[in-house]
Amino acid sequence: MLAPDSVELADLAAGWRSAYVHIPFCRRRCPYCDFAVVAPGDAGADDIPALTDRYLAALHTEIEMEPEWEPLAALNFGGGTPSAIGPQAIAELIEHIGSRFSIDPGAEVSIEANPEDVSEELIAGLVAAGVNRISLGVQSLDDAVLLALGRSHTAAEAVAAMEACLPDLSVGVDLIFGTPGESLGSWRSTVDQTLALFPHHVSAYALTVETGTQLWKSVRDGAAAPDADDQADKYEYLMLRAGDANLVRYEVSNYSRPGHTCRYNLATWGQGEYLGFGLGAHGHRDGVRRRNVRAINAYLAAAERGDRPEAGSEVEPDPEVERLILGLRRTCGVDLGDREQAASTDSGVRRLIDAGVVAIERGRMVVLKPLLTDEVGATVLSLSA
Amino acid sequence: MTDAARIRNFCIIAHIDHGKSTLADRLLEVTGAVEERDMRAQWLDTMDLERERGITIKANSVSIRYKPEGGDEYLLNLIDTPGHVDFSYEVSRSLAACEGALLLVDASQGIEAQTLANAYLAIESGLEVIPVINKIDLPAADPERVAKEMVGILGGTTDEVLAVSAKTGAGVPELLDMIVAKLPPPGGVSDAPPRALVFDSYYDTYRGVVCHIRMVDGTLNKGDQVRFMATDVVAAADEIGIENPDPLPLAKLHRGEVGYLITGIKEIDLLRVGDTVTLATHGATEPLPGYSEPKPMVFSGIFPTDGDDFERLRDALEKLRLNDSSLVYRAETSRALGFGFRAGFLGLLHMEIVRERLEREYDLDLVTTAPSVEYEARTTDGIVKRVSSPQDLPDRAVLESIAEPYVKVMIITPSSYVGTVMELVQQKRGEMGEMTYLSPTRVEMHYDIPLAEIVFDFFDQLKSRTKGYASLDYEPGPYRTSDLVRVDILLNSMPVDAFSTIVHRDKAFQYGRRMSTRLRELIPRQLFDVPIQAAIGGRIIARETIKAKRKDVTAKCYGGDITRKRKLLEKQKEGKKRMKMVGAVEVPQEAFISALRIDE
Ligand SMILES: Nc1nc2c(ncn2[C@@H]2O[C@H](COP(=O)(O)OP(=O)(O)OP(=O)(O)O)[C@@H](O)[C@H]2O)c(=O)[nH]1
Ligand code: SF4
Ligand SMILES: [Mg+2]
Repeated sequence: MLAPDSVELADLAAGWRSAYVHIPFCRRRCPYCDFAVVAPGDAGADDIPALTDRYLAALHTEIEMEPEWEPLAALNFGGGTPSAIGPQAIAELIEHIGSRFSIDPGAEVSIEANPEDVSEELIAGLVAAGVNRISLGVQSLDDAVLLALGRSHTAAEAVAAMEACLPDLSVGVDLIFGTPGESLGSWRSTVDQTLALFPHHVSAYALTVETGTQLWKSVRDGAAAPDADDQADKYEYLMLRAGDANLVRYEVSNYSRPGHTCRYNLATWGQGEYLGFGLGAHGHRDGVRRRNVRAINAYLAAAERGDRPEAGSEVEPDPEVERLILGLRRTCGVDLGDREQAASTDSGVRRLIDAGVVAIERGRMVVLKPLLTDEVGATVLSLSA
Repeated sequence: MTDAARIRNFCIIAHIDHGKSTLADRLLEVTGAVEERDMRAQWLDTMDLERERGITIKANSVSIRYKPEGGDEYLLNLIDTPGHVDFSYEVSRSLAACEGALLLVDASQGIEAQTLANAYLAIESGLEVIPVINKIDLPAADPERVAKEMVGILGGTTDEVLAVSAKTGAGVPELLDMIVAKLPPPGGVSDAPPRALVFDSYYDTYRGVVCHIRMVDGTLNKGDQVRFMATDVVAAADEIGIENPDPLPLAKLHRGEVGYLITGIKEIDLLRVGDTVTLATHGATEPLPGYSEPKPMVFSGIFPTDGDDFERLRDALEKLRLNDSSLVYRAETSRALGFGFRAGFLGLLHMEIVRERLEREYDLDLVTTAPSVEYEARTTDGIVKRVSSPQDLPDRAVLESIAEPYVKVMIITPSSYVGTVMELVQQKRGEMGEMTYLSPTRVEMHYDIPLAEIVFDFFDQLKSRTKGYASLDYEPGPYRTSDLVRVDILLNSMPVDAFSTIVHRDKAFQYGRRMSTRLRELIPRQLFDVPIQAAIGGRIIARETIKAKRKDVTAKCYGGDITRKRKLLEKQKEGKKRMKMVGAVEVPQEAFISALRIDE
């Protein structure tokens, strides 16, 4: 079995084809969230069940419109809250996608779920539908932090959900660190408790203030903002402890046990190609990056007219540079290819090496301080062939 | 032509804002030089900056014809002068073109520092001074008290003091009669070779260099070959005339008249203010006394924010100098700021105005370094070097002493603030001189104060501590040796020349600490810890550290939105390009600008 942070696995992943299906419905909108979400109270979202039916039909139409492709190595349901549409609808989507593009026998079929939605029936339904991986939006195991994040589950529910999923599915736990008010102790205990359950995968993201969100408004009006140093401390704590649960960091924010690396994720950072279905979804196919509209009405109207609900598309301006900036996020780094010469003489790269941020070895650039990956990316952008 | 006996040349002098330009408005209006419908407030203040700030920056001359009731017509040449201390040079050169002066005093304020300074200048130049109290329409006007104060300095009796309102026009007709009756006609010799004083010159895009001249002797004809005596430049008098107030070309200019002269010459440096114009052949042999060059008091580095604008900045300075001969500059290179100029100014207001004009009229983005005075550095081998840029200070090993310019300061204040003023002056290393009572409630105080102290916030402090009642004037005095040091600011152990300054040893620590804390806030965190140190020679007097940046990554994948990710990185990369590298430290341009802003 290939190690999660191995060059071999990363190279393999770069060739995987995957698909992403976006399910936008949420019980309510979390204050920090800027995903394409439909929540009660939104304009035009009075009748969510009816909207859901139309949405599912639109999804099937969109799948039908996508030209045939090679078999998929990963299929990922994200959101929003994909569990909201129930296992039956998931099964139908998997079925449709499988018949249109075919799904590899060993493919990863993954779904995001919120802990409060997890039940024995849900798990059974998903397994029956062909799902083999779940990513749980646990975020924190501290009720005060969950409250601050505006989540509708408790720490106890989160633990129960993880325990319920572990026997039947490959379980990924999604965590958020650095929420204002979260102490270092609170985060440590979230990490320790999570690792004690031996999940297969952990993703930990620093809370970011996205423009336009509720969180952004309150920070603008004077509420405490996340602190970069605090987040760095917390990031380092997880990095230190992950090995206890046999987890290996393979990307800036992602850890897994061997054999449970998230394929969809690793493929994305390997510049892999993927189809994107649903509201605000992004696709990357034949060198073109395309994105769907983010407004539910526009999405439905387009699909119901029989048009692709596309908002825009772009040919990668410099695929080689893109490969570098994406690949740098992986622990194994990236092969510099034809930029190796430029990198060895660039003063910006020199500074990064001197400051111990990156290392170049046998033609690969590896980021040693993953929290400074953007600094590295901005430097690498300037390298010419 | 007007018989010289019926010419009166005079200027209006006063403390800032006492109403000189407004009085000029009334004179233009009453004599019909400007039609009522064309009138606007401070008609002679034509520059945008003058109009915006409501102050006169440049002296302006204008000719008016005035016919007293039942009498002959007179030609009155009036020069409106600026009141701000930075521009007192303009006053002195206006005085040289006149026989008389109207000394204006605000009836609600009384005599202030520039009233006295300008009155003394006029008296020293041998001018006849007419005391005028202005703004008598104000409720707070106290003409009796003010008249007494004026008699106190000018002599005479209080009934010789005229009371007017430049706003309502009250007393202005009487003033005109007084000008005619009391001011002497111009002297000079009619049948001598012509001699004229260039008292102003400016560059006009359409007309080339326009000289304002005051005829002293003889007659000048259109088309004459004229010689500028100091520069020994010969040119044809293509156009001559008077400004009434619009230019009125004439065939001749006679003794005593004030007018303009246009030659084909385009280089303003060849047509210097203070020069004497005569004929190229059979001209006069003795030039007129002329002026001393204006002396720059403060110096500052001017750098384009964008290094590519250096040539544009050079052009702009050249053009600006055409209309402002008091502006001096030379090229300067800063390791931190690149190529720019070291410029000398008459004062902080002048510096501010030049900067504003450069930015506005020439569309430039500029960084100016902290203003400095000109020091005299004496080295161990006895050589004295003038230093207007801290980086030019000789090495400490050979530096024996530094002398700094002092100024003779006159402060006029209500007597109740004497203690306050003394305290402030002491903080500014001032030395007490004479103190005289102008009246029981108003005191004139004299001090010697280092110019460097005056240049910064002295004036603001004086105003705020005396609730605006004290006024200030100063003139250059001799240099004195002081305990001065250069404070350097080191970023990651590299000195940043733009932040070096020369200060008194007692204030070095304060400067060092303020600068290093400011920079710590302004410079973004880097990949490594960056020490900021303030040092005198090798001795560190203040220290701050910018802690290394630990996190910048936006850790999520935006649901596959790679395009957005790349755009964010591209923005970051653009930001990097705008950084100036100081050694290994990236310093944003804005950090230089903000750190150098003098707001404290
Ligand atoms: N009430 C009143 N206000 C006046 C009178 N004369 C001038 N002012 C006002 O005083 C202010 C200053 O007038 P200016 O004519 O610009 O003064 P100045 O002496 O030319 O000022 P500088 O050129 O800056 O030295 C303006 O707001 C005028 O309107 C007056 O007789 N009465
Ligand atoms: S549940 Fe997830 S997708 Fe839905 S609003 Fe909250 S953070 Fe956003
Ligand atoms: Mg004025």
